[in-house]
Amino acid sequence: MKKLINDPQDVVAESLEGFAAAHADLVAVHADPPFVTRAGGAVPGKVGLVSGGGSGHEPLHAGFVGVGMLDAAVPGAVFTSPTPDQIAPALQAADGGKGVLAIVKNYTGDVLNFETGAELAEADGVTVRSVVVDDDVAVENSLYTAGRRGVAGTVCVEKIAGAAAERGGDLDAVAAVAERVIANVRSMGVALTACTVPHAGRPSFDLPEDEIEIGIGIHGEPGRRRIPLAGADEITEMLLTPVVDDLGLSGGEQVLLFVNGMGGTPASELYVVYRRARALLSERGVEVTRSLVGNYVTSLEMQGASVTVLRLDDELTALWDAPVHTTALRW
Amino acid sequence: MTLDVAWAVDWVRACARTVAEHRDELVELDRQIGDGDHGENLNRGFRAVVAKLDALDAPPAQIGDVLKLVATTLMSTVGGAAGPLYGTAFLRASRATAVSELDSGGVVALLEAALEGIVVRGKATTGEKTMVDAWTPATEAAVAAADGGAGPADVLAAAARAATDGAQATIPLVATKGRASYLGERSAGHLDPGARSTELLLAAAAQAAA
Repeated sequence: MKKLINDPQDVVAESLEGFAAAHADLVAVHADPPFVTRAGGAVPGKVGLVSGGGSGHEPLHAGFVGVGMLDAAVPGAVFTSPTPDQIAPALQAADGGKGVLAIVKNYTGDVLNFETGAELAEADGVTVRSVVVDDDVAVENSLYTAGRRGVAGTVCVEKIAGAAAERGGDLDAVAAVAERVIANVRSMGVALTACTVPHAGRPSFDLPEDEIEIGIGIHGEPGRRRIPLAGADEITEMLLTPVVDDLGLSGGEQVLLFVNGMGGTPASELYVVYRRARALLSERGVEVTRSLVGNYVTSLEMQGASVTVLRLDDELTALWDAPVHTTALRW
Repeated sequence: MTLDVAWAVDWVRACARTVAEHRDELVELDRQIGDGDHGENLNRGFRAVVAKLDALDAPPAQIGDVLKLVATTLMSTVGGAAGPLYGTAFLRASRATAVSELDSGGVVALLEAALEGIVVRGKATTGEKTMVDAWTPATEAAVAAADGGAGPADVLAAAARAATDGAQATIPLVATKGRASYLGERSAGHLDPGARSTELLLAAAAQAAA
């Protein structure tokens, strides 16, 4: 294992110290328990937005704290959900008096800890609503699994719900927008290599040089299928087809196409994927009106990518276009 | 014969020792079908528990106080799924043990409360390849032993043996709860890390009582 770390135990804390120092104009970092807020704290009269999860997915979530997106983010240990005693004060810190929306990815640990954290914050007088993001079509149903995972689509939920909160929507309205994004966003990912969690010291799964994992989540867990390495166009089709089918997209619809890097794949390759995904959508008569390409929801140094499609309407498009100023997303 | 607060403290310290000794094994089991943090997370949690025990001026008056300290510390330091699950287990167990001594019936009540907490929090049932598959037979074995007139130490020993069998029985199962469920059929052939840590914690309880 070669990593730019000191002690594996200190990675998250030292990373947050650097993040705080580098972006003091945008964020404030609370050290004990660790959570990140906007530099100015909660905005009075605005619904607060909080998300969180294991570290190792940067810039998710702390990179999306700022105007037009999140009010607070709660980082756990690497690939481990945060604890309720981090989540509760973060929910409190994000409350501008109109309640807080918690955006939770559907992973067992995240859901359990956010449930408990929300209960603690509510006991202290904060109104909390939670939405659970489950955009990963690789997980076919919840009958035999813990349900679809929340992956890259989370960025779309945070951005659009963030804009809805910023324009003054109340908690019900912001939650409704978030639910609408969740209902209309789907993703599927592929891993070319595994990643190494600092404290584990060896790769999260063993993947032969000539094989890839289709249908991965974002925690370094193996996917549903292992197949021989193929060309980018073929892999892109394997990712996009189930996404489009699950959304039930038909000709004439407008979408946001988001190609996300897992951390170890160069931008050039992400654009190769984007190129093919866009062509495939075009063949089906689906119009890509908004795009995002880059490393936004990563798995440490894992090589791979995910393809996310969000069905757009005029309102969602306007909310996506609304100004955002965070360390990782800005326009 | 009964178990007292000193037993509870010994149990907790034994948990910390056994989790530290098996940290790498739990990480490896979790790496195979989860995300490889179970041993690291539990070790971090129980190290914090021991630090809090060491900082106490005097041992708590009731067994439940010891278990509540474990519960709150695990919830605030472990994270993942194991933090809320074990935290809730110890919290429910602490409510069932607001006494200074446990007889066999008290041990059964402790285990039943812990199991109920895990089931409620995790919404899991047996056969899903989770820690419930170790806790359930352990609790059943404790009930049977207590009904048969065994003392509390023997009740715990029976529970620990059943937890071992239950954990081993998770190996062929296909996971339908938790992170391992995403592997589908590929999760078969692996020992569930949560069932394995349950086995370790209950073995520690039995050792502390022996």
